[in-house]
Amino acid sequence: MSILNNIRIALRALKANKLRSSLTVLGIVIGVAAVVALLSIGKGATQGITSQVEGMGTNLVTVSSSRMFRPGGVTSSSATLLYSDYEAIAAKVDNIAGIAPYYQTQESVATSNRTSTYSVIGITPSYESVTLQSIDLGRFLTSSDGLTKKRVAVIGATVSSDLFQGLNPIGRTIKINNVDFEVVGVLASKGTSGFMSGDSNVLIPLETGYAKVFGMRARSNSKYTLSGISISAATAESTDTVISQVETVLRSQHGLGLNDDLGFSVSSQAQMLSSLSSITSTLTALLGAIAGISLLVGGIGIMNITLVSVTERTREIGLRKAVGAPRKAILFQFLVETVTLSLIGGVLGIALGSAIAGIVTFLGLITASITLDVLVLSFTFSALIGLFFGIYPAWQASKLNPIEALRYE
Amino acid sequence: MIEAKAITKIYKLGDDEVHALDGVSLKINDGEMVAIMGPSGSGKSTLMAILGCLDTPTSGEYLVDDQPAAGLKESQLASLRAHKIGFVFQQFNLLPRTSALENVMLPLTYDGTKIKDRITRAEEALETVGLKDRMKHHPNQLSGGQQQRVAIARALVNDPAILLADEPTGNLDSKTGAEIMALFQTLHCSKKQTVVYVTHDSFIARHTNRIITLMDGKVLRDEINKNPIKAGTPRPDELITNSNGNHGAEVLQ
Repeated sequence: MSILNNIRIALRALKANKLRSSLTVLGIVIGVAAVVALLSIGKGATQGITSQVEGMGTNLVTVSSSRMFRPGGVTSSSATLLYSDYEAIAAKVDNIAGIAPYYQTQESVATSNRTSTYSVIGITPSYESVTLQSIDLGRFLTSSDGLTKKRVAVIGATVSSDLFQGLNPIGRTIKINNVDFEVVGVLASKGTSGFMSGDSNVLIPLETGYAKVFGMRARSNSKYTLSGISISAATAESTDTVISQVETVLRSQHGLGLNDDLGFSVSSQAQMLSSLSSITSTLTALLGAIAGISLLVGGIGIMNITLVSVTERTREIGLRKAVGAPRKAILFQFLVETVTLSLIGGVLGIALGSAIAGIVTFLGLITASITLDVLVLSFTFSALIGLFFGIYPAWQASKLNPIEALRYE
Repeated sequence: MIEAKAITKIYKLGDDEVHALDGVSLKINDGEMVAIMGPSGSGKSTLMAILGCLDTPTSGEYLVDDQPAAGLKESQLASLRAHKIGFVFQQFNLLPRTSALENVMLPLTYDGTKIKDRITRAEEALETVGLKDRMKHHPNQLSGGQQQRVAIARALVNDPAILLADEPTGNLDSKTGAEIMALFQTLHCSKKQTVVYVTHDSFIARHTNRIITLMDGKVLRDEINKNPIKAGTPRPDELITNSNGNHGAEVLQ
């Protein structure tokens, strides 16, 4: 009794009940398609976020006031990052390739005929190298812009296209919080539209911001405050040392003991990357598990229909046994049927799932990443589903007593 | 040749033991045509299951072509059925949506015959039963008599030591039934095929050369029938007794 023979018998039995077989296959198709589509989309999303974060530089250490994470929104004055903290860090911490303090607010930005709200960030010239910005048009901000409190601004690509509609913005005037600024440069787009893109930012000299835009919001007990400090460590390996040194400096600046809550978050891109990717992979696994449940339901469908089929074909089984079929031939015959059903479902499901992932990518929602391991995983899983849910009905069929089976009405 | 020696079969029904067969001994030589007759509950179905290697006796010996069949494992019994036994059933039991040829090939798929030989042998078997021109027909395109002929071809295809026919004409009208009986007699005469009928109908039984009558699990009579009825002979009036229109059954006391 060859395998080929069994497959032929199985295919004939499946063809004999076309509608029933197709509906059973449909259950598996939907399950496998869901697994393939969701895992591919999840993977694509993870890769997208990862590449965005990596685009900001892997040596980057970010210092920010962590007050936004406190429950109830209570802020304490000790958690305010000061301009003097930046000076102390710049003076005392080793292994720093660049350090860029900034103050960020949301401001209304207007031209003569358009107004919109953007992130306005007061920066120093080192911001360009630390956060890996590059200039598309014009120039970046210089230290003399800051020293002379010049009202000049560098705008992101999105801001430029929003406000100037394709006109060359260099030399034109924008009003930030009703103060006139001259656009001197446009940032090159980072090509991503995620939450960390700089394309919607307006950069101005930090000193100009303190003097003309931010006002009292950027002062605490008459000291200038910062939203954050971006530090570029000399090497990727030195980021951990930089983090601990920065924390030490902040503790001494704010008179905090070793056991006090620091009130600031000091983190590297690497840490952020790992926490982000753990979030996205958890989400992907969750989506995959939900899709897996539908695959399980499809498997139960196979089992159900095979049990019905065994009952219906009781006499056929009795006859096969009477003419000499051993138990294992009957077992194998029904297993081949269920595995065939699930494999057909697996192949169609992979095709459908890949198509869904392709459409999502085509529509520009998320660049889905269909990888071989996802395909192999879902194909193997669907075959195992067929095997697992086929064993019980096949075993039921194989242990039928031929005499009783032949008399079954 | 098949030989049963003091076969018993005991079924347990709760605490009760039912002695379906109680010491049956019989020997059927090659080329014999025998009827095993008895009323319901006489043990003839149990005996047929054991003779057909579908079941094993509780005690006693059973030999098929000198091969012991009692106490065999399920897979060994299956192999014996594949090589030595041909079954013909009252219900025909053909696979639906499957051509006559493929129905006849079925036993050969389980005995290791090569696919090319399967087709040749199945064609030969169908020719023997006179259905050479119906090989591609499906069971629902065939008459009852033709379906039973396909079933007989299927039973013959593995050249069995013994052809076991369980009420082979029970589902057929008397004319078609007579044709099937004629076919069995031809197989017996020209091919020296060993045929065993299992029936409750004494008229059918009298078509054979030897009638073994079972009663309560024991052999009541084992007699030679010197003048077997020729197939096609009308059923005598005294054997038409049933009110439900079936062939009459001679009720044994």
